[in-house]
Amino acid sequence: MANALKTLVPPNSNKSVRQRQAKDFTNVGTTGRVLSVLGGAALTYYGWSRKQSPLGKSLTTAGGYLVLRGASGFCLVNKALHLDTAPPKTEGFEVTSSVTILKPRQEVYQFWRQLENLPRFMQYLEDVKQTGPRRSHWVAKIPKNIIYKEKLSTIEWEAEIDREKENSLIAWRSLPNSEVENSGEVRFTDAPSNRGTVVQATISYQPPAGAAGKLAAKFLNPAFKELVKQDLRRFKRLLEAGEIPTIIGQPSGRKEENY
Amino acid sequence: MKALVFHKPKDVSVDNVEDPKIEEPTDAIVRITSTAICGSDLHIYNGFMPQPHDLVLGHEFMGIVEEVGSSVSKLKKGDRVIVPFPIGCGHCMFCQHDLATHCENSNETNYSQDGNLAKAHGGGQLYGFTATYGDKNGGQAEFARVRYADYNPRIVPDGIPDEKILFLTDIFSTGWAACEWANVSPGETVVVFGCGPVGIMAQKAAWLHGAKRVIGVDIYDYRLAKARETAGSETINAHSVDAVKAIVEMTGGYGADVCIDAVGMEADRTTLEKAANVLHAQKGSDKVLENCIDAVRRGGKVSVVGAYGYPYDKFPVQKWWEKNFTLRGGQAWVQKYIDHLITLVAEGKVTLDDVITHRVPLSEAARMYQIFNDKEDNCVKVVLKP
Repeated sequence: MANALKTLVPPNSNKSVRQRQAKDFTNVGTTGRVLSVLGGAALTYYGWSRKQSPLGKSLTTAGGYLVLRGASGFCLVNKALHLDTAPPKTEGFEVTSSVTILKPRQEVYQFWRQLENLPRFMQYLEDVKQTGPRRSHWVAKIPKNIIYKEKLSTIEWEAEIDREKENSLIAWRSLPNSEVENSGEVRFTDAPSNRGTVVQATISYQPPAGAAGKLAAKFLNPAFKELVKQDLRRFKRLLEAGEIPTIIGQPSGRKEENY
Repeated sequence: MKALVFHKPKDVSVDNVEDPKIEEPTDAIVRITSTAICGSDLHIYNGFMPQPHDLVLGHEFMGIVEEVGSSVSKLKKGDRVIVPFPIGCGHCMFCQHDLATHCENSNETNYSQDGNLAKAHGGGQLYGFTATYGDKNGGQAEFARVRYADYNPRIVPDGIPDEKILFLTDIFSTGWAACEWANVSPGETVVVFGCGPVGIMAQKAAWLHGAKRVIGVDIYDYRLAKARETAGSETINAHSVDAVKAIVEMTGGYGADVCIDAVGMEADRTTLEKAANVLHAQKGSDKVLENCIDAVRRGGKVSVVGAYGYPYDKFPVQKWWEKNFTLRGGQAWVQKYIDHLITLVAEGKVTLDDVITHRVPLSEAARMYQIFNDKEDNCVKVVLKP
């Protein structure tokens, strides 16, 4: 897990090179590929049935190209336009997100460095306790379903700050053999024009080994990305407005109870 | 308490709901004395601004402070306040510049940098204005929980009745913002598309900015009459003449210095245009904005305060580029202008209550939505009394 901090290069680097090549070749997103195959097939069929006419011939050609584009995931037009609509491929969850907070860098850093503060804005953390100068004990709530946010159980792990630069950088990682391997790095820099502090957080979780874990990671990564973004926004609100706004509890004549 | 609750498009009713209470130390509870229905409420009523669940509507309200949270220092029980429709936290970068409509902290659920309303990505939180804008209960009710009470509400100077100042919460501030964004300067000709409440307010604001000529455009004669009577504007009925041609003729071939769009996406459409909407999977129309673009002079200014929630194909970007005009729009920066506008009202420099056509108890709000929406009974502006 030592590699997880910045680049998340999987241990099997041959495989990762192959993956990157495959990624370089593929520049059409999944939806685009499905639409290409279906639309292309339809055009080809339509064109072929009118192949005597020049229009029919060009439709057949265009349709054939689309089928090829969809099947291969490679599009000459995208290539020429430098468009790459294919999703990025990573193993595990790794998310980088930034927010600017209108407060001095020292204040922002110190709030984060007091690790006990993290559950105040990280929704899935229940508790963090500093157990030594660099060691800390973390407790997280594991949602049964990331959409409905039902609480299922808690998991715990030990973490260690492995790099730290006063008012600029904090990086931590879970200790080996933790139930959930994870790590994070947060950079604090001055925003231009007296706009406070830019906080850039990179958070990684390594899914359990095996194909199922990888598949889960692939599906959950967008939700995880949103989660980190929301947590950073909550961090900002807490520091700037002194409270996390809520509409929970407002009477509205609203029937749904999930608000 | 009683409140006007939105259930689904074309379905609103005055229901009994729980009284609001202080949720955060920065809150205040206001007992509402006057509240209005806004043209933009009709976007929700008609489903153009989607709202997935029940919500108390209303973002133009004022009243008496009943209770304040523990950290509120500028307001106390008994103060009479007007409440701007956007909710600013007062602390973020945008609020520091009084751009509360972009507040980064008030809209917890749906704030986004990208501004894509079509994906329910909104700006700062607004009272009673959809989940996109933070799902906050509004002010067509007996009470409201007013957030960040030290930053947003303004105390009303003694002796000014509700109806003289109520419209600073939205429509007059919005009309004023339209003129500010267009930098309306003395001697200019200002055309305002739409003679609804916001359009008429924009016309009043244009005169105050020193315009030499103010022209209102609408398709309803009773609204044009209201614009002539309350704003002293010249008027054009876009159903009887080609408004763009008329404006170009009236301005010696140049077009107007400033065009203001106070209509937005729910513009009047022909059946053919509606069919085209379906084909393009587009909701509403940008035709009023296109009229502004056609009617403005080269190098002129177009200001858009009508609401747009969707993208439109064939937007005439080439005309914008070639005519070299300035285009601005959005939700009004009420907090930036309101103190100046309070002074204007207090000094009697502007009259605002002359646009009111209906004064009714809150209990009749649901019927008034229908009347206002269907342009029945010469309805221009409805004020509700809780």
